[in-house]
Amino acid sequence: MSNIQINNVRKTYPGGIDAIRGITLDIADGEFCVLVGPSGCGKSTLLRMIAGLETITDGSVSIGDRVVNDLEPAERDIAMVFQNYALYPHMTVYGNMAYGLKNRGVPKDKIKVMVDEAAATLGLSEFLTRKPAQLSGGQRQRVAMGRAIVRQPQAFLFDEPLSNLDAKLRLKTRVEIRDLQQRLGTTSIYVTHDQMEAMTLADQLVVLNDGAVEQVGTPIDVYNRPASVFVAEFIGSPPMNLMPGEIDESGLVTPAGVVAAPAGVRHGAVTIGIRPEHLHPASDGPLRLKVRVVEHLGASANAHGTVPGHAVEMIASLTGADLPAKGETLGLTVAAENLHLFDPETGRRLH
Amino acid sequence: MVERRPFLTFIQHAVLILGAAMFVFPIYLAFVASTHTAAEVSGGVPLLPGAEMIRNYSLVLGEGISAAGAPPLWIMLMNSTIMALSITIGKIVISLLSAFAVVYFKFPFRMLAFWTIFVTLMLPVEVRILPTFEVVAQLGMLNSYAGLSIPLIASATATFLFRQFFMTVPDQLTEAARIDGAGPMKFFRDILLPLSRTNLAALFVILFIYGWNQYLWPLLVTTDESYYTIVMGIQRMANAGEETPQWHLIMATAILALLPPVVVILAMQRLFVRGLVEVEK
Ligand SMILES: Nc1ncnc2c1ncn2[C@@H]1O[C@H](COP(=O)(O)OP(=O)(O)OP(=O)(O)O)[C@@H](O)[C@H]1O
Ligand SMILES: [Mg+2]
Repeated sequence: MSNIQINNVRKTYPGGIDAIRGITLDIADGEFCVLVGPSGCGKSTLLRMIAGLETITDGSVSIGDRVVNDLEPAERDIAMVFQNYALYPHMTVYGNMAYGLKNRGVPKDKIKVMVDEAAATLGLSEFLTRKPAQLSGGQRQRVAMGRAIVRQPQAFLFDEPLSNLDAKLRLKTRVEIRDLQQRLGTTSIYVTHDQMEAMTLADQLVVLNDGAVEQVGTPIDVYNRPASVFVAEFIGSPPMNLMPGEIDESGLVTPAGVVAAPAGVRHGAVTIGIRPEHLHPASDGPLRLKVRVVEHLGASANAHGTVPGHAVEMIASLTGADLPAKGETLGLTVAAENLHLFDPETGRRLH
Repeated sequence: MVERRPFLTFIQHAVLILGAAMFVFPIYLAFVASTHTAAEVSGGVPLLPGAEMIRNYSLVLGEGISAAGAPPLWIMLMNSTIMALSITIGKIVISLLSAFAVVYFKFPFRMLAFWTIFVTLMLPVEVRILPTFEVVAQLGMLNSYAGLSIPLIASATATFLFRQFFMTVPDQLTEAARIDGAGPMKFFRDILLPLSRTNLAALFVILFIYGWNQYLWPLLVTTDESYYTIVMGIQRMANAGEETPQWHLIMATAILALLPPVVVILAMQRLFVRGLVEVEK
């Protein structure tokens, strides 16, 4: 069993910077957990505390059934893949993968078997005698993965492992990582600031904001029911439309028109969130959008514009052949169940 | 330099050749002088090599110039080599370790330690020569290899250099090694040392030559001929009392004294050229 429990963990850097303000998480055995959030929100700090590279100011981290707070990284039985790979430049690929095993006193012939197996898994067999400088970026990334899997640790920790790859390779490697993790069944924590990566990889998605957890859930949960304005804006592309509104007897009053309000929401001022793909064209729809730019994406198109008479920006994701032209005013409708309402003061979800 | 102008190329080469010639000329003269008889040299050094080369060199190497009051050449060469190597290796070991400590370990007064080491850079042997001599004499280290080399080791010239280099080694490499279960000394041996190879080779050359060329210090601490170094030996030959200096033999000695540093440079150059070619991305 190698579940990971993070219990009310805090991190205060010297100088009084509160990087992590009390995080509690439970990551089940074999689960792929993705930490996502904007730059500086403390993702790397949290990961590094789990790895043992950063001291834990308060709280506890357990891997399996051991509290690891005071263990050296090597004793925690984890492997980490760094953003810049951190391969040993003077060692061959084989040497890089074997180093951790060697330090653990694994016999030479066993090391060879393990490295060969890991290399075969990752398609690195033909590169074993090369130095990192003689590899492409993608191959180096795989060596970094190889160094992690060869030890068969209890957990993998990834800190933005794909951010140095080009877009196409990133996509391919993303799938490979997910596939590998599922085959090995190793508990993994993956840090990224790319919401797309987060959505596609995660079993459990953790959205962090300023050192605290904003929302935890499956990617679909987080997408369908964002717990706050912050999550609503962060997850989803193009981002959710947000506008001020008010609920009264007539329903939900938006800058663009009045629509039916979802049931069970208190009256008063609200922040309205509507995903671009939930806006559908309807000539008599209650919402109006004056189109400024139309982006064609092939399968769909994004109409960017403003609500006439208001300074509110809106994006509608449209499918179908009948696309609006620039300057046109589009009528749009949205189903009541696709409205997200947040408290304008606290930013929390209201329903 | 991508410019392709024949005239410019010509000027560049002329300047380079002239510069090189200026540096090589004294050495050439020394070599020429070492291939003539004493009589031929006494009036002024001829410009072309003479026929006495083999005789002169075998004389210097075999019997030494007893008249000049210096021990046989091979003893002086050996002494110089021992002294230069001790200084080089001693300095490198000390500076590697102290730089490692200063960069990778947090201990109280860490920066004070570093600056103390650094300050020794500003106090070369010549400046602290009297107190150093006093200490060495009281410790009974006069006329010994220890006396020749230890006081010169005790200035951490290279600590600064290694500190700067270690600080350019990415933190994540250190962290990867920690996760791979390498303790501090293992990390030092398996990662830092191999990465410092180029620096080590360059420093080895510089320090070896520094040690080899020491003159004042060996002169002070050795009175026993069997500890004379080659540089002071040459000096003694040139000031050999009443007799006229035997310039042809002195020059032969000087040429021979050049050889060990040249060998060191050539050997190390292979290492640091390889280091440079294999630049890690
Ligand atoms: N060694 C340190 N000393 C002081 N403050 C630090 C240190 N490392 C990080 N911080 C601060 O802690 C906060 C979180 O940093 P962290 O590196 O975890 O961010 P991140 O979420 O990984 O961001 P990014 O996506 O840019 O990598 C930041 O405000 C940062 O300035
Ligand atoms: Mg980070």
